[in-house]
Amino acid sequence: MDTHDTQSDARPVLEGPDIARVLTRIAHEIVERAKGADDVVLLGIPTRGVFLARRIADKLEQITERKVPCGSLDITMYRDDLRMHPPRALARTEIPGDGLDGKLVVLVDDVLFSGRTIRAALDALNDLGRPRAVQLAVLVDRGHRELPIRADYVGKNLPTSLRETVKVQLAEEDGRDTVLLGAKPTPQ
Amino acid sequence: MSKTLIRGAKVLGGAPQDVLIDGGTIAEVGGGLSAEGAEVVEADGKVLLPGLVDLHTHLREPGREDSETVLTGTRAAASGGFTTVFAMANTFPVADTAGVVEQVWRLGKEHGYCDVQPIGAVTVGLEGRKLAELGAMHESAAGVTVFSDDGKCVHDAVIMRRALEYVKAFGGVVAQHAQEPRLTEGAEMNEGVVSAELGLGGWPAVAEESIIARDVLLADHVGSRVHICHLSTAGSVEIVRWAKSRGIQVTAEVTPHHLLLTDELVRTYNPVYKVNPPLRTERDVMALREALADGTIDIVATDHAPHPHEDKDCEWAAAAMGMVGLETALSVVQETMVDTGLLDWAGVADRMSVKPAQIGQATGHGRPVSAGEPANLTLVDTAYRGLVEPAGFASRSRNTPYEGRELPGRVTHTWLRGKATLVDGKLT
Amino acid sequence: MQRHLISAADLTRDDAVLILDTAEEMARVADRPIKKLPTLRGRTIVNLFFEDSTRTRISFEAAEKRLSADVINFSAKGSSVSKGESLKDTAQTLEAMGVDAVVIRHGASGAPYRLANSGWIDAAVVNAGDGTHQHPTQALLDAFTMRRRLIGPDAGLGQDLEGKRITIVGDVLHSRVARSNVDLLHTLGAEVTLVAPPTLLPVGIETWPCEVSYDLDSTLPKSDAVMMLRVQRERMNAAFFPTEREYSRRYGLDGDRMARMPEHAIVMHPGPMVRGMEITAEVADSDRCTVVEQVANGVSIRMAVLYLLLGGNEPAVTHPRTEEK
Repeated sequence: MDTHDTQSDARPVLEGPDIARVLTRIAHEIVERAKGADDVVLLGIPTRGVFLARRIADKLEQITERKVPCGSLDITMYRDDLRMHPPRALARTEIPGDGLDGKLVVLVDDVLFSGRTIRAALDALNDLGRPRAVQLAVLVDRGHRELPIRADYVGKNLPTSLRETVKVQLAEEDGRDTVLLGAKPTPQ
Repeated sequence: MSKTLIRGAKVLGGAPQDVLIDGGTIAEVGGGLSAEGAEVVEADGKVLLPGLVDLHTHLREPGREDSETVLTGTRAAASGGFTTVFAMANTFPVADTAGVVEQVWRLGKEHGYCDVQPIGAVTVGLEGRKLAELGAMHESAAGVTVFSDDGKCVHDAVIMRRALEYVKAFGGVVAQHAQEPRLTEGAEMNEGVVSAELGLGGWPAVAEESIIARDVLLADHVGSRVHICHLSTAGSVEIVRWAKSRGIQVTAEVTPHHLLLTDELVRTYNPVYKVNPPLRTERDVMALREALADGTIDIVATDHAPHPHEDKDCEWAAAAMGMVGLETALSVVQETMVDTGLLDWAGVADRMSVKPAQIGQATGHGRPVSAGEPANLTLVDTAYRGLVEPAGFASRSRNTPYEGRELPGRVTHTWLRGKATLVDGKLT
Repeated sequence: MQRHLISAADLTRDDAVLILDTAEEMARVADRPIKKLPTLRGRTIVNLFFEDSTRTRISFEAAEKRLSADVINFSAKGSSVSKGESLKDTAQTLEAMGVDAVVIRHGASGAPYRLANSGWIDAAVVNAGDGTHQHPTQALLDAFTMRRRLIGPDAGLGQDLEGKRITIVGDVLHSRVARSNVDLLHTLGAEVTLVAPPTLLPVGIETWPCEVSYDLDSTLPKSDAVMMLRVQRERMNAAFFPTEREYSRRYGLDGDRMARMPEHAIVMHPGPMVRGMEITAEVADSDRCTVVEQVANGVSIRMAVLYLLLGGNEPAVTHPRTEEK
């Protein structure tokens, strides 16, 4: 039962207001770098990346006063560790109406770690269309990359040890907004 | 002539006694018999029965020597405590002439493990159309008295009537494989709840019962006697009971597997459970046990049906029907009838030796264990319990439904006219 | 889930819902420019068909190829497979070539069960129809079609078929489709009624988790879906019913009968249809008939099954669901 341990030992590194602030900043950075975000499509990676993408889309709408297309990209079937676990339930891939061809796709995820999820996402994108460019936005970058992948927009750089866990909780799924840094439960 | 003293055997399950065999006969039965000049077998409380008689064995020779021969089949019989087996006629060629029955009979005699009494086919080629030369087979050296198309039913009512009438001339008996052919087209297992679920072709109880009903009425009408092979349903029991109460000359047999196994086992789709007639329901099993106990069913017969491995190591539909049974018969009867209190050992001797010998007219078999009688004897260690290991079978085939099952009882010695065919569980 | 898919009865409610939910995502792959997923790359699947069935074979093949599996088609048609050794030897030969899964169609009930449980081979076995026993992927695609039509593609996610009234009409006795559907629909909470002349219902049916009726007309108004089974003309010669005309008069679905069904109710058929026997052209071609959808859904369901059986290092694990959200 590591839930209890994680919660008691874990300390918050971002709280609700911090998360709102960094998402606003990311939205502004997107507008700035994409020169108005005319052709931006946000694709969240399930589960929590989808909620973050929607929040960023809302903020972009406030800034640009235009609706920004937002969807989801399930990468389960493209994972490189499929053979190491039982098959997982699939999540939804939802590509906004106009498709991805010629668009600036911003992938959104909660934590950037080994980079393998993003590698899978790039493969999945390949089967779905041909974007003009692909960028990556993450709430937390905890380091320890195993592939040559970097984020374009980072909410918080969080240097961690491999013995630590980073857990993102979002109101839509978990009832509250927080990022927790904890110790990996030691095997009994 | 050699002498053997069996010391301390429970004759028919009674108080321990000594039995002295001299040559081919039982010389003396009593307490504290002298062992002088005799080889001594310490029975040590084992049960001594008259040598078992199987009215229904498939020896497969001639024609299917890959599954069994007269030699391997009679060795299996001796292992199981049998001193006589009746060999069914469905060989290749069919035992429908004096030539074939004499060959089988002679092979049994030469090998000397167990008397082999051939059963003659009722109709030429088992085809159900034309009577075989029943009289010629009776008059042959084999002296056939039991006739059966087993494997197939003599379904034509006129042919059955004629056969029943004809064998009266020399005191023969027709043993019917009761299976109405039209009702069992495509049949693969008992028709009922399990077949409905498994999608296997149903073999309805009524296909057996309707033939038995017809045949007891025919036997009554022509004043002949009829024997019913491997009766398998509660309804069949009712019909035979009714017929006997009317004084109709009918006898019936049940196989060990129908006393123990049910169609629930077919859920495994393992063809070791594929047999004809098929395994029935729990209710049928209980009715059969009761009928064997009360004498409605006269005898146990094995329907020993050897098949090569490849005919069972396949999907259900492609598999052959039948199970080997000679080497497990007594154990299954102990499990289902003796250990349940339905039958004592005297009753077992009656159902597995005395009555089958009477029905088949096997002279010298199924006799009392007393002085002056032929020394056809079986010694059973009834306290034994063990797992059935087909690898140890004397039969050439291994298609037993009991592999790995724990069963009681083990035949340790068998004597055929005073000559030991099985000693300490080993064939001589 | 178990390692093999032999019978619809082997699926728990959660297994079945997981398969339907997964199929819903798979269905969306068909709308993409590239209808392919890399998931089963490097896995080899053999379609071992001892019985003719172009539709089912093609459906499995499409599913396998969309998941990037290597596909070997083995049709035993014409070769002598009446001896059991052929099944064993054929399967072992194929496994020696490094097959990960065997999709088997066989005329003998229980053949896939034997293949999976006799120690002949190690590969996963998927039953694509055996004798008159089971056809589990057909039942799954039927349930998937019902859930999409009666509840909705998205609204149905995570849902079973609780309370839906399904009527299955026709030759139940010889139908593996009926057996699989009764098992699965019961597991999913639907209420099933079988309608057939008594000659085409098996003895022993009384223990099945469904109702049985001989009267189609009284059942139709109480049905959310009516599934018509194929009735082979040759059954008539074996005295299962007197004539084709009488069969269709009593048990066939025509426009008048369809009008007695509730507005929302659908007509289903596993195919191939015998028009004029169990179903009229008017019904078969109507909007309420889902025959073509069932075919498309078959590919999604088979993708889902193959992914959940072969996509990982062991079959997918289902956890008992609490009624969520």
